[in-house]
Amino acid sequence: MDEPLNLVLFSGTDDKLQAAAVLAAGAAALGKPVNIFLQYWALDAFRADKIGQDHGLAPEAGVAGRAAVDALARAGQAPWAETLRQAKDLGAVDIQACSVSMDLLKLDSIDLDPLVDGVEGVTAFYLNAGGGQVVFI
Amino acid sequence: MATMTDTTIAITRTVDARGSFCPGPLMELIRAIRESQVGAVIAVYSSDKGSKTDIPKWVEKAGHRLLSLEARDGYDEIVVEKRR
Repeated sequence: MDEPLNLVLFSGTDDKLQAAAVLAAGAAALGKPVNIFLQYWALDAFRADKIGQDHGLAPEAGVAGRAAVDALARAGQAPWAETLRQAKDLGAVDIQACSVSMDLLKLDSIDLDPLVDGVEGVTAFYLNAGGGQVVFI
Repeated sequence: MATMTDTTIAITRTVDARGSFCPGPLMELIRAIRESQVGAVIAVYSSDKGSKTDIPKWVEKAGHRLLSLEARDGYDEIVVEKRR
C-alpha cells in the first residue's frame, strides 16, 4: 500500500469530480498517499471563485441523472470539495495544478482554492507517482 | 461518559454518521480513533450501505477489533475497539 494513487483530473463536471474525491478519500483512509494532478476543466473548477458553484454533469447524466445527483446532495452527500478537504485532513493528499493548464486558463496560484498545494509540470507529477497507478478522470 | 448497549459492551464514544455517504462514515471513525486512547470502544452509526463491508475490512487492516455489527432501524451500528 506504499505506492501512491495518482489521479489525473481533466473533467470539470461535478459528477466526475465527486467520483474522484471519493476515490481519493478512500485511499487516504487506507493510509495510501494520493497525488492529484489538475488539468484543463478540472483545474478551472478549482478556481477560488468557482469551486463552490454548480459545474454541471457529464452529458450521459441526462435529466434523470441530474435529478438523482440532486437527490443525493439533498440527502446530505458532502460536495466534492468538502470530501477532498476531509481526505487531506485524514492522510497525505497532494493536489497540484498542471503548469500548462495554468497558462491555458491564464491563472496564477492566487486564483486557486487553498485545496491546491502548488503548480508543477508533468515530469514532477510522474516522479511523484513512482510505481503507483495513474488514473485519468 | 460510558454507556452500555444490549450486548453489554461499554461504549467510550459514539460517532453518529447517519446521513453521511461513503467514505464519510469511515473517515469519521478514523478521526475518532486517532483522538482516542488504546482500548477505547467506538460505536459508529451509518446509513451508508457500504459501511458494513468497508468498516470491518478497514478495522482488520488497521489492526483494531470489530466487536459487533448490528442492523438497526434504517442504519447499521458498528462497534470497534482501538487496539494500537
